Amino acid sequence: MHLPRCEDFGPWTLDLGLIVMLGEGIIKGMAVTAKNFLGSYVSEERLTTIQYPEQRQELPEAARQFPFLVFDGNDPMAGLRCVACQICEKECPPKCIYIEKSKDKKPDYIGKPQLYPATFDIDISVCMSCQICVEVCPFDAIKMDTEFELSTGDRFGGLLVNKHQLAKSNAHYHRIHPTEADEVDARLAAEKLKAEAKAKADSEAKAKAAAEAKAKAAAAAAAPPATPPASPPPPAAK
Amino acid sequence: MQSIEPSKNFEIRPKLSDAGAVEGELLEVSMGPQHPSTHGVFRMDIVLDGEQVVKLKPVFGYLHRNHEKIGEGTTYLGSMPYTDRLDYFCSMTNNWAYALAVEKLAGLQVPERAEYLRVILAELTRLQNHASLCGFFVQDMGASGTPLMYAFREREKVLDLFEAISGARMMCNFMRFGGLRCDAPVGWLEQVQKVVDEFPAFLDEFQALLSENEILMARTQNVGVLPRDLVVNASITGPLLRAVGVNYDIRKVDKYGIYDRFHFRVPLGERGDVYDRYMMRVLEMRESVGILQQALKSVPGGPIVDPKAKLRGFRPKAGEAYGRIEGPKGELGFYLISDGSPNPYRYRVRPPSYINLTVLEDMCLGHNVADVVIILGSVDIVLGEVDR
Amino acid sequence: MLALESIKTQVEQAIPGAKLEIVKNDAPSAQHSLLVNNTSGLAVAKYLRDEPSWRFDYASNVTGVDWPELELTEKIKVKKVVDGVEKEVEEVKKTVRPGYLETVYHLYSMELKHGPLIIRLRTENRTDKVHLPSLTPVWRGAEFQEREIFDLYGIVFDGHPDLRRILMWDGFKDFPMRKDYAEPDDYEYEPTPHDEVLDKAKQHYPAGA
Repeated sequence: MHLPRCEDFGPWTLDLGLIVMLGEGIIKGMAVTAKNFLGSYVSEERLTTIQYPEQRQELPEAARQFPFLVFDGNDPMAGLRCVACQICEKECPPKCIYIEKSKDKKPDYIGKPQLYPATFDIDISVCMSCQICVEVCPFDAIKMDTEFELSTGDRFGGLLVNKHQLAKSNAHYHRIHPTEADEVDARLAAEKLKAEAKAKADSEAKAKAAAEAKAKAAAAAAAPPATPPASPPPPAAK
Repeated sequence: MQSIEPSKNFEIRPKLSDAGAVEGELLEVSMGPQHPSTHGVFRMDIVLDGEQVVKLKPVFGYLHRNHEKIGEGTTYLGSMPYTDRLDYFCSMTNNWAYALAVEKLAGLQVPERAEYLRVILAELTRLQNHASLCGFFVQDMGASGTPLMYAFREREKVLDLFEAISGARMMCNFMRFGGLRCDAPVGWLEQVQKVVDEFPAFLDEFQALLSENEILMARTQNVGVLPRDLVVNASITGPLLRAVGVNYDIRKVDKYGIYDRFHFRVPLGERGDVYDRYMMRVLEMRESVGILQQALKSVPGGPIVDPKAKLRGFRPKAGEAYGRIEGPKGELGFYLISDGSPNPYRYRVRPPSYINLTVLEDMCLGHNVADVVIILGSVDIVLGEVDR
Repeated sequence: MLALESIKTQVEQAIPGAKLEIVKNDAPSAQHSLLVNNTSGLAVAKYLRDEPSWRFDYASNVTGVDWPELELTEKIKVKKVVDGVEKEVEEVKKTVRPGYLETVYHLYSMELKHGPLIIRLRTENRTDKVHLPSLTPVWRGAEFQEREIFDLYGIVFDGHPDLRRILMWDGFKDFPMRKDYAEPDDYEYEPTPHDEVLDKAKQHYPAGA
């Protein structure tokens, strides 16, 4: 029997000493197994089986499965944050997102008119839950859901989800990822305030400029005309 | 054991002996792709003389997805989730190797906090990989899964940590070029501390269960010995290399990341047999616990990603770079050639399991078929990496 | 890190017939490489491995790269006579850089713990002259990797002990990693096709998606 010689491993190398093949090691091993087996009746950490589906495991907050689209307010289609910029479609590595833009525009959370997706399909048999679409979305419109019990009998249609199935409310987002959702809400609210402040400042500046122009025009009209109006030229001969 | 020269002929089917059927024929067996002990879809064409191996040719490619060509067709960021699926046990270290290569290519600097978290995640990956490997290896010998399940208990704790920080247990997709994807949630470092504090108790139990077991020692000592002069020439890396006694650990040689700040030792074996490789992994687990304890004491605050790094529209300058790390299985390297476009021109993975298989034949000659299973188990291959 | 210049001069002195060229690398990684001519590839490799102060005994990575034919355009100033006056005129010059296949070796030293030294070997063209010397007799670790390059790129390594396909099956015909590889037409229906896959889908399912 030899022991692995390591640099200066001291107390961690095995000290077998004089070993005769009595089976001591095997008995020691069986003591460990017995400890685990009997221990599973008394201590929680030795009994690690969770009886799924009667018992469910607590998933951490960051757990991710497949994406979903977030909508604000009560109407799923009108409140969708997605503006069909197609960035997630381009960045998706297995190209499982399919977007068709709409023809008309409607205002987004700041109030700017934006396009919206007429079609937004995700093929979840191809999606690998890599979360790149969430990272690159500039509008916080697509987030990761935690639903994984999605088996269906239809291989193609059942695994192609469209925007009606994907749209879930902001309240749902708060339920599954509370810290993230709070942070996103705070950021969107701050952006909205900034946009409103900027719009107000712009309109005030415009009003001021309009008032100044009006004042200047009024001042010009008040002064007497410098030259008499020229007589109109004779009508052109036919 | 007779000494048998490795034959380098192309022909797998050897000729029968001249005396004909009286002496007995050599038997060619395909230890085929569907096999419970081959760690994946891996095939070995073995020529046997009775029970002893005369010739062995590994055949793989059953899981070949041409990951390198997909890498040429995807952006740099888009390849990151695919690197998770190379060596699917160790997705964090795969991500780190790729991020390291791209950072060398583009000249990005990683902030302090990200470096510390990278080291913590990589050492956790090493822990769970070595624990599962010891479990699988012992199961191949007939231990019916008990040590495997003990190892998996610890592995579950580590995977829960990965899920808490990155969102997924195995396919984490967590490293980005210049740092990490996001910061650790509140309380995560305390959870890591708890897992790391409980780990040595598991290791003591594991060693009491296995390392003095006479059956294990009788079956693994002097089996699959790798000669020292072959091992460096055959580009073997990882615990296989160190089991022979060659002191080459990329964490110490290249000092990538911040590994030069931690004090850890490199276990070296003596004879290079299967028992030494098993002990390498157990001792490396202890060293990883030491590194984790040191790292957890001093994680600084700060940004998590290089401010110069871009998520979209990332176009590194034309050039090439080779970045490598000490993965749990050996040296994992990525070689990237860029031509200024968003996709790499050439994207190559240097897979440790693939190259470690070069010496499988040399290790198995003269041994019995049962030993072949054990030797393959000790090489630690994952077919996702071998075939890419 | 050893300077490539000194390695180049020393190797060219030690091995007659060796012609090395430094290939610069612009990326911040600053990993420049040496281009070795094919005839002295094996001798240079042996010298690099056995030279006592370098001892590059570990071939870490062997890669194949495909460089198809490239048309380079550059604007150059040419003195021409225009309307009797000699002027400098900008002309567009088109050159064709011929295509070749390349093998890149990353060498390290386990004994002396330095590296990487990167050497390259290039074939003459991509069609018929695709032979390169195999460095497997020098570094056995290159065995499987050179087989993979033969399998996926088509470079034939002379002197390799066992050159046959490794990842693709034995009867496979083409070389998948080449830039001009045409995939077989085995399209299967998928609901969200994009780009090239969309073109294939239109051929197979002209009516719908």
